[in-house]
Amino acid sequence: MGQKVAIVGAGITKFVSRAQETGKELAWQASKMALDSCGLTLNDMESVSLGSAPDAFDGVHMKGEYLRDGSGGWRKPYMRHFVGGGTGVFAPIHGWFHVASGMFDTCLVVCSEKMSSVYPHPQGAFTTIFDHTTEQALDPTLIWIFALEYNRYMETYGLTKADIAPVSVKNKKNAMDHPSAQLPGEITVEDVLNSELLAWPVNRLDISPASDGAAAIVLAGEHAAKRITDKPIWIEGVGWSLDTAYWATRDLSYPRHVEKSARMAYDMAGIREPRREIEIAEPYDPFTYKELHHMEGLLLANRGEAPQLLADGVTQRDGDRPMCPSGGLLGVGNPISAAGLMKVIEIFLQLRGEADKRQVPGNPTCGLAQAWGDLMQVSTVVVLKR
Amino acid sequence: MELSKFELGGTRIKQSDISKGNVLTLAVTPKLEYAWDDGVAIGRYLEELGNGKIIARKCNKCGRIMLPPRMFCELCWRATDEWVYCEDTGTVNTFSLCHVNWDASRIPEGEPLHLPAVIHIDGASPGMGILHVLGEVEPDKIKIGMKVRAVWKKPDEREGSITDITHFKPVRAARKKSKKKSGGGR
Amino acid sequence: MIGKVAITGLGYTEFSATSPGTSFRELTYEAAVKAYNEVGIEPKDIDTFVCTSEDFCEGYSISDEYCNDQVGGILKPVQTITGDAIHSLATGVMLVLTGGFDIVVVQALSKLSNMKTVPNLVNFALDPVLNRPLDEHYSFVSGLGMNRFLHDGKATREQCAQVVVKNRANALSNPVAAYGADLTVDNVLDSEPVSLPVRLLDLAQVADGAIVFVLASEKVTGSLTDNPIWIKGVGWSSDSPSLESRDWGNSVATRLAGDMAYKMAGVRYPAKEIDLAEVTDEVSYKELEHIEALRLFEPGRAGLALEDGRTTSEGDLPVNVSGGDLGVGHLFEAAGAQKVMELVLQLRGTAGSRQVADAHKGLAQVWRGEPTTSAAVAVLANQ
Repeated sequence: MGQKVAIVGAGITKFVSRAQETGKELAWQASKMALDSCGLTLNDMESVSLGSAPDAFDGVHMKGEYLRDGSGGWRKPYMRHFVGGGTGVFAPIHGWFHVASGMFDTCLVVCSEKMSSVYPHPQGAFTTIFDHTTEQALDPTLIWIFALEYNRYMETYGLTKADIAPVSVKNKKNAMDHPSAQLPGEITVEDVLNSELLAWPVNRLDISPASDGAAAIVLAGEHAAKRITDKPIWIEGVGWSLDTAYWATRDLSYPRHVEKSARMAYDMAGIREPRREIEIAEPYDPFTYKELHHMEGLLLANRGEAPQLLADGVTQRDGDRPMCPSGGLLGVGNPISAAGLMKVIEIFLQLRGEADKRQVPGNPTCGLAQAWGDLMQVSTVVVLKR
Repeated sequence: MELSKFELGGTRIKQSDISKGNVLTLAVTPKLEYAWDDGVAIGRYLEELGNGKIIARKCNKCGRIMLPPRMFCELCWRATDEWVYCEDTGTVNTFSLCHVNWDASRIPEGEPLHLPAVIHIDGASPGMGILHVLGEVEPDKIKIGMKVRAVWKKPDEREGSITDITHFKPVRAARKKSKKKSGGGR
Repeated sequence: MIGKVAITGLGYTEFSATSPGTSFRELTYEAAVKAYNEVGIEPKDIDTFVCTSEDFCEGYSISDEYCNDQVGGILKPVQTITGDAIHSLATGVMLVLTGGFDIVVVQALSKLSNMKTVPNLVNFALDPVLNRPLDEHYSFVSGLGMNRFLHDGKATREQCAQVVVKNRANALSNPVAAYGADLTVDNVLDSEPVSLPVRLLDLAQVADGAIVFVLASEKVTGSLTDNPIWIKGVGWSSDSPSLESRDWGNSVATRLAGDMAYKMAGVRYPAKEIDLAEVTDEVSYKELEHIEALRLFEPGRAGLALEDGRTTSEGDLPVNVSGGDLGVGHLFEAAGAQKVMELVLQLRGTAGSRQVADAHKGLAQVWRGEPTTSAAVAVLANQ
């Protein structure tokens, strides 16, 4: 592999249902904070990588060009990548290419999302994710595909909604300690099961909200990182995988693309026993069942057995294998790309021992962040070490 | 760098801030139009739907009979070989009972729910599902594994679209000729 | 440069105003099969894929969902770059240079014939609050740029028209170009005014087509081809996205991207070292602006060089031998791929009747089109 790459700084905004700031302004706020956090300026950034979800949210064609100045990309090598919901965790991977290749010593990685601009509801921007000829004519909504996958997962392993609902309870509670959080709270399993039914088996409290927000990190190569900070957090493994677009032909009970992406990252990081070596993880949780589904795909639980780990308290912040100590998308919010990068930032802070009240015990040295998206078909993984 | 040491950006506003004019906005409806070329495989698929038939495409290397049909096998990386007609029956692989529209508004009480399902079509290879909707069935009677049959529009109303099948209904309910239409028939 | 990266395989379709019988998947599949066959590989041999798309060009939200099956990337590391294909190429170069990937596929597609309201599409890229409400046809941006360029004395109106004449004539020798034509300067100057000084024939027309490259590390290149084309340098940059604060009449982004690529490629005297260039001529004057920004000609001399025939296919620095965007067709985010493709053909010595003599080092530049100020550059060589 090329030169080692570290995260040396991070920035984030609050995640809110509707921000007064534009996407550019949110990007600037997060980027400025990331640079301030490690005492650098934009002049120190040799390259900029932007992640942002569909242009339809902002109602701007070539949104990457539009967000450029807010992201610090003016007159710099600046590029936008896009892998749907997986974008937020792909962002540090794309930044890693810049630095690991030896072409740049520093890269500012920015994710900005302004979903609230879509009327009447951000969900409208998702109607055109379906095949234009064979699916869109059925007037599908975004929730359909997740409800279909959720149902298949329950059916395959004989699970009930009550087995899965505690994910929401745990993550919303964790989010009470996150200063960016949009929907923190103390709720019960009953609250989840009795919340508004959207598309059975999905209830309101099974779903993360639409949000506005931004996040940013600063990446540096080995020599630069050691000069910038005493506490670099190294990107030891990266992985990503994309499955077929013919989603209705896949086995929806198991996310094999998540396993592929995890194995790629584990191989690079030299991880042979993920359940022992990954001490803390932020699996992608836009829906309750997804945290469990992803734990299984990440090889952190046997197939169909993640709900038992949840029930046993293993995935609580003080459990043996904390999952989503940040509060996840369910608690902190889901400004798509920024939410994924929020997870990376959470692992960064946890490994530095700087996660405030969210800090998990035991001085973890190795953690993982993962995101997922497209037609339930893409997964992105980074493994970080102290 | 604990987050608590920073003043985080992101100023929350409410919908009422906009309606009261405290925050100014600008509304635009995009005028973007597309007309997608269906290509060879989907073109024939739609044509046959217009004829009241479901057609698949077979790869003689892996043996898969694929829906929706495609001119190349994405796994074997070769041109597919032949057209194969499927049945218009299948099995529900998974389903949902949907209470909301595409724009997140709720379907009014008393109106039929949307009943999307992944349906594995008989005659195609196992696992070859298509997205469609169920109808003529009580939502609480839908089960995974249920056999269903396509309900077609009348020949002169078909236009070569996936909606030439209005919905799939339970095979058994079809024999009984259920009196009241309920559920998601649209 | 730490390692070396080669373009080993190339596949492409014909470029045409429409492609009604072929879906976007089938178009890309055709190019991918040709590229893989050239070097005798199958998808299982490929380490990672870089696709190129913009949602509103494809008509999909999250258009990267649909990039996969037709390149054979099932359950592989596939990513999408929302930029030009040269941005994707640069990502491919970075991937190889990390040392973790030996064979990288880069894909680009234009199926813009399916986009029925292209002026609205381009308009939709303007600032939604400050610019769009003015409700101008998008080509007003081209008019502003060209007027400033002419005002600054960079070239004459006739020279700009001559770019069109040259490039559309060049396209007559390119069997896959969509818009080859025999025109005169007067034809251009008499064509319908669009946003003066820009006239209809100053503007490139939309075309469909797909291009796929197989990139390889130095380690495996020898096993794939005897005729590798090396990517010596890549660069990308921009000026301000806002219309109000950009440097009109100067392509700052091209200057910065070119300098970055030259530095990486070890090119110190571009005008001497570059044998041919393919640059964006989506609006006629842009070719002149770009070759000047790339230091291929002295400031203000590009138009004169054109008049002197130096940029024709027989000249000492041929520009847009392929026909450019004006002759081949405007391919949107696949535009840069067509320019790189032409260099590959020329540097391999397989460009047929338009082959440039003694071509060893070439430059491809792309500008992302109105209303952006974003550019990317690649320097390629056959040794």
